[in-house]
Amino acid sequence: MEINKLTVSSSPHLHSNNTVLRAMLWVLAALTPATLFAVYYYGAYVVVILLSSTAAAVATEALILKLRRKPLRAAVDGSAAVTGLLLALNVPASAPWWLVAIGAGVAISIGKQVFGGIGHNPFNPALAARAILVVSWPERMTRWVGPGLVSAATPLAQYRAGVAVPAHADLFLGLRPGSLGEMSVFLLLLGGALLIYLKIIDWKIPASFIGTVALLTWALPTEGQTAFFAGNPLFHVLSGGLVLGAFFMATDWTTSPLTKRGRVVFGFGAGLITAIIRLYGGLPEGVTFAILIMNACTPLIDRYTLGKSFGSTRGAM
Amino acid sequence: MGEIVIIFFSAILINNFVLIRFLGICPFLGISQKVETAVGMSLAVIFVMTVASLATWVVQTYVLLPYDLVYLRTIVFILVIAVLVQFVEMVIQKSSPTLYQALGVYLPLITTNCAVLGVTILNLNEAYNLLQALAHGFAAAVGFGLAIVVFAGIRERLELAEIPEALQGFPIALIIAGLLSISFFGFQGLL
Amino acid sequence: MNDIKVLWRGIFDENPTFRLLLGMCPTLAVSIAANQGLGMGLATTAVLVASNILISLLRSVIPDKIRIPCFIVVIATFATMVDLIMAAFVPALHQVLGIFIPLIVVNCIILQRAEAFASKNTVWRSALDGVGMGIGFTIALLMVSAIREILGSGTLFGLHVLGFWQSFEPMRIMVSPPGAFIVLGLLIGLINSLSMRRV
Repeated sequence: MEINKLTVSSSPHLHSNNTVLRAMLWVLAALTPATLFAVYYYGAYVVVILLSSTAAAVATEALILKLRRKPLRAAVDGSAAVTGLLLALNVPASAPWWLVAIGAGVAISIGKQVFGGIGHNPFNPALAARAILVVSWPERMTRWVGPGLVSAATPLAQYRAGVAVPAHADLFLGLRPGSLGEMSVFLLLLGGALLIYLKIIDWKIPASFIGTVALLTWALPTEGQTAFFAGNPLFHVLSGGLVLGAFFMATDWTTSPLTKRGRVVFGFGAGLITAIIRLYGGLPEGVTFAILIMNACTPLIDRYTLGKSFGSTRGAM
Repeated sequence: MGEIVIIFFSAILINNFVLIRFLGICPFLGISQKVETAVGMSLAVIFVMTVASLATWVVQTYVLLPYDLVYLRTIVFILVIAVLVQFVEMVIQKSSPTLYQALGVYLPLITTNCAVLGVTILNLNEAYNLLQALAHGFAAAVGFGLAIVVFAGIRERLELAEIPEALQGFPIALIIAGLLSISFFGFQGLL
Repeated sequence: MNDIKVLWRGIFDENPTFRLLLGMCPTLAVSIAANQGLGMGLATTAVLVASNILISLLRSVIPDKIRIPCFIVVIATFATMVDLIMAAFVPALHQVLGIFIPLIVVNCIILQRAEAFASKNTVWRSALDGVGMGIGFTIALLMVSAIREILGSGTLFGLHVLGFWQSFEPMRIMVSPPGAFIVLGLLIGLINSLSMRRV
């Protein structure tokens, strides 16, 4: 597919639907293995969740664009579909269709369109919606199940409770309960690697994010384990939504910094907050909120890493 | 000592004055268009809230309680705050006229900033001793500053965005505040 | 402007919450339930009317240079009175509204009306202004609280109004801080777009 060569200029860039669509299609492709795994692990039921979320996202975007009298082609640039899919991958398999549909609607309307549409949202729409869902219907969003919709505890919850957790290999391959997309670390890494290879996402963010979580969960003491440097970093890296979040949500173009240095800071900050919430907070999982907070700090990060004068090489991309 | 740390993190992250307690909303929405002004405002508020916590605690302990005048607390506290703000205003006018200009009408409005009066009353309700009250006042203001500066960063960036006309100004600011508030929810249950 | 206009505009054209964009703190905080919104609205109206009247009475006596502190003392006095009265007669409501009752003192609406109107107008018109603004504020509070209470708890004034919808699961975010911000923001946006359409 020929891509029109766009004028090279400094960011922020205006995205043409052409390149956005291409990138979005690749993101969908990268997420497909993990998505199919969810269907395989839980059963065909989850297709309802996936379709409901994606359809609601695209429909909401089309509706709002109509109301704002803007061209409708922005609705089919793939970004709404990606948001819908990412949201679906972040909910438990027991989620009812209306829950994700509302979430998708919220993601597109409040998370994205009220700010003027693609490129302007300060927060990752799928995560903002997920956070809203978690606060709105906390029991539903933590009703974790195993195959056949039997109630089960996630590895992070088990860890909190001091119960035995699955072996590293199981965590890696995805043979454990969790939200639809977070389970198979292996397949997510494949997808992530593809996107990095295609230069659609920047490796610095996942690297610093995951690296920081690993470092801190190893180094810091917790209630169950008062020694320093005696943690279980591999467990923490493989559990919860960390890999999904680090590769697919933290790397969203609009809501992460523009500069190299800024991105490392972003990943570090997200990792720091995730580790603290996981180790000391009231929730077993902190990735969602960590990324949202770093999204909020991104404008400031950009400000301070971009440097004052044009042409300066400090913090250059 | 541990208690002070708890008060600190509680006021900044878990019960952030602006995003969770709803104190200090007017300046939060009004003065947050530019990061520099937000920083300037935050510093002024940190000073006022810390000193106000000190002054009101002293007045409560040595004047209101012994003479059984606690019901006058609201009036007395707000007067103390008004005087403090007047003083801060004079200092800023002398030392940084540009900041004085930028803060404009919002500087005397620190008097009516619910966060200032709010923290002094909260200090009472929680029966803090002097050190705790000071820590609380300082931390609450830092939390306010954190929220307002981050918020200003976001608003600056949105200047170029095509926000629907009906939502421009306060509505979108409130929505951003809501999303910011929910991201702070991750800290619930932290201590 | 005639007297009726003075009263009326506080409710619609210059509604303190939706148009003048004042008094956000209490609006966001107490709009969790309709009875709280109503209680706060009435308490604020009482303080607003009383202080408007007194400030108007004293308007030729208060020196201009220290007028703001003087206004504040007047407002604080009435706020303290309302605080004590509520503690005595409606202790449950007083408890639930908590710190926001003494904070009526710093409700920007009251100070703004004192500065912009009561200090420059007759007692009668200042009283009308206070009543109008107070009603406008209360209506705004009721609107926000109704939305939040119905969606967030399924009740209105404590009564289960969504009983007919058996499987309704309340959206808890409505009764937490983020929900307050978002509901108020969207509501103001809606009112803006409706009034833009009228013009």
